[in-house]
Amino acid sequence: MENGDIPENANEHCPGPQSESAGKSDSCAGCPNQEACATAPKGPDPDLVAIAERMSTVKHKILVLSGKGGVGKSTFSAQLSFALAGMDHQVGLMDIDICGPSMPKMLGLEGHEIHQSNLGWSPVYVEENLGVMSIGFMLPNSDEAVVWRGPRKNALIKQFLKDVYWRDIDYLVVDAPPGTSDEHISIVQYLQATGIDGAIIVTTPQEVSLIDVRKEVSFCKKVGVPVLGVVENMSGLSQPLADVKFMEVGSSNDVTKDVISCLREHAPELLNVLACSEVFDSSGGGAERMCREMGVPFLGKVPLDPQLCKAAEQGKSCFEGNNKCSVSAPALKSIIEKVLASMTE
Amino acid sequence: MATVKHKILVCSCKGGVGKSTFSAQLSFALAGMDHRVGLMDLDICGPSLPKMLGLEGNRIHQSNYGWSPVYVDNNLGVVSISFMHSEPDDVPAAWRGPKKNNLIKTFLKQVHWGEIDFLVIDTPPGTSDEHLTIVQSLLGTGIDGAIIVTTPQEVSMADVRKGVTFCRMSNVPVLGVVENMSGLSQPLSEFKFMKLMKDTGSSVDVTQDMISCIRENAPELLDDVFACSQVFESSGGGAERMCKEMGVPFLGKVPLDPQLGRAAERGKSCFEADKCSVSAPALKRIIEKVVASIKMKEDLSGVEQKASPLIGSARRQ
Repeated sequence: MENGDIPENANEHCPGPQSESAGKSDSCAGCPNQEACATAPKGPDPDLVAIAERMSTVKHKILVLSGKGGVGKSTFSAQLSFALAGMDHQVGLMDIDICGPSMPKMLGLEGHEIHQSNLGWSPVYVEENLGVMSIGFMLPNSDEAVVWRGPRKNALIKQFLKDVYWRDIDYLVVDAPPGTSDEHISIVQYLQATGIDGAIIVTTPQEVSLIDVRKEVSFCKKVGVPVLGVVENMSGLSQPLADVKFMEVGSSNDVTKDVISCLREHAPELLNVLACSEVFDSSGGGAERMCREMGVPFLGKVPLDPQLCKAAEQGKSCFEGNNKCSVSAPALKSIIEKVLASMTE
Repeated sequence: MATVKHKILVCSCKGGVGKSTFSAQLSFALAGMDHRVGLMDLDICGPSLPKMLGLEGNRIHQSNYGWSPVYVDNNLGVVSISFMHSEPDDVPAAWRGPKKNNLIKTFLKQVHWGEIDFLVIDTPPGTSDEHLTIVQSLLGTGIDGAIIVTTPQEVSMADVRKGVTFCRMSNVPVLGVVENMSGLSQPLSEFKFMKLMKDTGSSVDVTQDMISCIRENAPELLDDVFACSQVFESSGGGAERMCKEMGVPFLGKVPLDPQLGRAAERGKSCFEADKCSVSAPALKRIIEKVVASIKMKEDLSGVEQKASPLIGSARRQ
């Protein structure tokens, strides 16, 4: 629009925030944006130019979104970054979850700080080809609550985009907080001109998560971000029988030894099986059915793997040989390969 | 807010820890104790409560007194943005802060709750606009306290610590912390057992073999035995240790109970029908602790009010 997009909370007959009479016309009286419009510079945002320059050395940008919180979006972003770096790509990982930044922990980078150089802010490097940026590196005390309203969060996201020196990277993975609010609207606005390859949406199988994913897919469609696909995480618990305890409900007695002895004596070949439980009900058809209904790709299922949780807590890649993510790592690998294949088409 | 006796915020900072499930079950429990309960869903991007209370598709009505909550039962009313959307549920409320804040203020000013004993306020994850607005708006009328829900992992603990800090900064008492999804506990019969065939890479379902083996040789292990798994690692000592460190009450652990997940999906109370056999008793104990601590504060402040003229006169003498 010539005079800028009309904000949703604007008065009727808003002249547009970019108009000459913005903030000054009669129709502006009482509008919550009046002062901002009257004092803000008109014309294209100069920061977008700076952002475009920084992003010119970034080949591909992937947003990781979720709609619902706690579905494993950050765990997925971290493991995606590890995988891409493991394939010898140059990777940048940007954590725009300002209230709850998980990336430092999940990449084993707690306690690190950001350094400034004459080229800009330097990401914190896990490996030579995997650099991370997060507000987590800027808080003096990790217990400190970052209680910021939207505009301040937007300003930081802009800084991450225009002041960070990423160097030449193949992939920039952007880990967003859950939902569809300031951070999401802003990241899309700031990056749209330089192109976003697409968004991966992470969910869990339950209906209550799928409701939020549908909203997230609608958001992507509305703002013109391609949906690379949906990942169904925590899709059933799978763990070695040896990691399961057996308890008698009434007496709370631990009967694990009895169960194991019984198997050892009578069916020893059953000792090294996987115990599987659905945990999160997918009776609604899960993400696969939702993807068919909404016409977006279904990337696959990742089981709930306590070993993956441990790897995340320790800031490790689940693909490393000595990390025992035997159920989740193959699933993640196949999903990531699908994503890359779809991006090079 | 003059007709609302007690206000409880349910927060989490970390998403997906079961905060809304807890808010819904807390409301069911309080209503089940014959209290009059209001439940306010402040999650504007991802409102879960209509589904969890079995109220999807309902709409808010206006009356002379203001907006009327949607009632589950006579004594349990709910307000959520879902009840106001004229668009289908697929459409997101992709709103920036100021618009969300206006809605929250509208909820507070326009909704006619009537005389209620408890207003439970379910917040979205994080510490941002919605949290600041609700705390600032309710400062004058007082918030009894906040319950913070978390899961056992360190990555959740980090966010809970921020939540506790936020409450302290905002002068909101912390009623306590709940550790949710604290280990999976399910009847043995609900597990499947799969054997991974190394040569082909495929899995074979060996559940029948497992169950037959146990039935033939140790049948007593088939009844009443639950299989338990930690699932979410609490390498840092979990919420209990964090509460000790931060000096806030630890309310208890609720196991990861697929039956509770199902009840939430169907909008039912976990206290009905006895299916949530592992989670319902844990939730009940936690809720009883919360009510007791609120009541104790109420009694104490009553005692102080009665005593204050005496104290004043004692000082004067």
